[in-house]
Order: sequence, then C-alpha cells, then structure tokens
Amino acid sequence: MTTAKIIGSIVGLAFTVGGIWGGQKLIEQRSAGTGWKVLTAVLLLAGSVAGLLIPVPRLPIVNESIRNLFFHVPMWFSMFMVLMVSVWYSILYLRNPSTRLDVLAHEAVKSGIVLGVLGLMTGSLWARFTWGSWWVKEDPRLNGAAVALLIYGAYLILRGSFRDEQQRARVSAIYNIFAFAAAIPLLFVLPRVSGNSLHPGQTGNPGFNQYDLDSTMRPVFYTAVIGWILFAFWLTQISSRLEFLKIRNDEK
Amino acid sequence: MPLLREISTLLAKDFRLEWRQRAALGGLLLYVGSTVFVCFLSFSLRGGTPPPPAWNALLWVILLFAAINAVAKGFMQESPGQRLYYYTLVRPQAVILAKIIYNALLLTAVALLGLFLYTVFLGNPIQDPALFVVNLLLGAVGFATTLTLVSGIAAKAGGSGATLMAILGFPLMIPMLLLLIKVSKNALDGLDRGVSQQSLLTLLALNMIVGAASYVLFPFLWRG
Repeated sequence: MTTAKIIGSIVGLAFTVGGIWGGQKLIEQRSAGTGWKVLTAVLLLAGSVAGLLIPVPRLPIVNESIRNLFFHVPMWFSMFMVLMVSVWYSILYLRNPSTRLDVLAHEAVKSGIVLGVLGLMTGSLWARFTWGSWWVKEDPRLNGAAVALLIYGAYLILRGSFRDEQQRARVSAIYNIFAFAAAIPLLFVLPRVSGNSLHPGQTGNPGFNQYDLDSTMRPVFYTAVIGWILFAFWLTQISSRLEFLKIRNDEK
Repeated sequence: MPLLREISTLLAKDFRLEWRQRAALGGLLLYVGSTVFVCFLSFSLRGGTPPPPAWNALLWVILLFAAINAVAKGFMQESPGQRLYYYTLVRPQAVILAKIIYNALLLTAVALLGLFLYTVFLGNPIQDPALFVVNLLLGAVGFATTLTLVSGIAAKAGGSGATLMAILGFPLMIPMLLLLIKVSKNALDGLDRGVSQQSLLTLLALNMIVGAASYVLFPFLWRG
C-alpha cells in the first residue's frame, strides 16, 4: 500500500462517517433548513449544467459519454450514503425502539431505492451507447447493482407481510442490518476481486480512474457528488415528515 | 462453559427430534434424489451426460433449493409456546449457534449425498476432486449461516414462510453463489489451486461476517 492509498482510505472513511452523522442531523432537522436546501439546488444545477457544458478530455471509446460521470456515479454514491444512514437508524432502533426511528429507516431505504433506480437507468443508457447494449452480462458491477435492488425490494416485501407494527419494525430493522452486513460490502468488493469489469478505469479500460480525472472535471464531479447526497437527505426528510404527519393524523 | 453445554444440549435435542420425525429428513433426501433423477432423464434425451458448465450450474441450483427447503423447517416447526419455553431455559446466542451448527451438518450431509447421486447419474467431470469437495463444504456451511437467520425472520412473519424465505434469502446468497460456482468451475477444469485461493478466502471471510452478524442480531429477533 502506498501512502496515497492510505490517505485516500482515511479520507474516504472520514467522509462516510461525517456523511452519516450529518445526514442524520439534516433528516431530523426541526427547522425549515432553507440554507442547505438552496445550496443543494444550486449544487445540483451547477453540477448538471457544468457537467453538460465543460470541455472534457477525449478518451477512446468513452468520448463525450464521459459526462455520465457527473450523473451516474454521484447517484450511486448518494444511494450508498442514504442506505448507510438507514442501517444506522436500524441499529439505533434495536438499541432503543421507537416508531420514529423505524419510519426514518424505512424512508431512507425508499430514497435509496429511488436513487438506485436512477443510477441503474443512467448507467443502462450509457452502456447502450458505449458498450452497445442496455445490459451487459460480463460486468459484475451491474449484477451487483441488480442484487442490491433485489435485497431492498425484499425489505419492502418483508415489511408488507406483518400486521403487528412493533414486530414489523423490529424484524425489518434486523433484516436491514443483516442484508447490509452480508451482501453490500461484497457487492463492492467482488467486482474488484474478480477483475474483469467493463467499467471505465478498470482492467485497462480507458476512463475516469480517480488518478486520471483531469483538473477541470474534478471540481464538477465533487459538486455533483455533494449535491446528490444532499438531495437524498432532502428527499428522506420530506417523506419522513409526511409519514409522521400521517401517523399523527391516524392517532386523532 | 455454560454456553457450550447449552449448545450441545440444543444440538442433541435437534438431532433427536429429527430422528423421531423421520418424515422430514426422508422428504429432504427424496427431494434431492428425485431432482437429480429428473435431470438425468432430461439429459438422457441427448445421450448421457451434460457439458461441464451445465453440470456445474445444475448441481448448485439443486443444492440451493434443497438448502432452502432444509433450513426453512428449522424455526417454523417450533410453536410459539415452545419458543417461550426455550427462552426461559437458555440464552438466545446458544439457540442461534446450535441452529447454525445443526443446519451446517444437515446441509453438509445433503450436499455430499447430492454430489454422490449426481456423479452416479450424470457422470463425474471433476478434475480436482479435493478442491471441489472443500468448496462444496464451504458452500454448505455458508448456506447454513445465511439461511438460518433468514428462516428465523421468515418464521416471525408467519403465513407464507417458505416463499418469504426464498425472497429474502436469494439476493443475499447470490454473491456467495457466484464465488462458489467460480471455484467449482476452476475445480472442474482442474486449474491451478492458486487461481481459486482468493475466492476461497473471500468465502471464508463472508461466512465469518454472516455468522457474526447472526450472533449479534438473533437476540433482538428472539425478544419478541
């Protein structure tokens, strides 16, 4: 391991922990939170507009489609982040059960599914023009993404099959943690182990490895990543507030 | 150590129960046998044994479904009253560990028997038998660790337990299955063992992660 790699993983870990902590604060926020929501909108707009307009390096095969880096990759990042927030809520639920934490974990999973579907769609569109087909069976990452969506689909089915609310909350929290521990790390590790991915930057495919991201692309990429992650938290905040209102309405 | 004694008592109880209700065990063995026989009949239309990739894929599909059926009955055949009774006697960690060990032993037996029947009916193209059997055993243990907690979860939901178990279990097992099928393909083709080493280590690590997660999470599941 080189020093750059070690520093990279420490930064990544700090970013993840900070993201979960910050995400929890933002999702549960009591005030309107106009500031960060305006910031989210600005970042998303700036990321998308700049992503479509800035000059990009012409690499063989990917060409202009390299711009998908500003849309597809941030969507996966934000999906992963919001799912980790959900797992954190499930852990909190098991330590100290309450309807609130259950609703938050559920809504975070739903936002994660929305972003996962978006990421799958942008990826599929991109694959059509770069690899020549909507779905490529040789790529372990694609299959991993499909498995991740199946797992969270199963989570929703599991929630649907309970009558008792407390039992539903507890069992689905357990499944959420178990599924994350058992499958998600592997879906991210396995593509690297198997080493025959078609994704750019791997096994000799030309593309946007973090080391050959060029200096104009890097700021736009980070803008888009932060924008999409904040968007996921925003989405979760709104849907969980709606759910709280529904619960309060039912109690009356 | 009391935990070990509790585990061994529970294990003995499970084996004794299995022996007294031989119908379930017999059903499982018959299930494996008849599936293999159906495969044999289907392939005999085209003169004998299937090509190695199909041989490999079919073996794992048969083992996967047998494992789901075998593990599904574990928690479901216990009544709520019975569970409450265990709850007063032993700690939940002992229950889950005993169940995992029991299922691992059961699935190992099923896998070895399945492999035997399979080679009898459909030929034996394996070039590295030792690696293949080690991989098969890792697979049986991995299926047991993953499916035991899933069956506990499905049993809580009641109703259509077996369907729910397939829905919950399959996506979780796909990563493991991919690794298993890759290693068993290497063993079939008689590739150098160094090629499979990393996958085997990943499988071992995965089994440990899943086992640890079950150990930590099961007490919460049981409290209800």
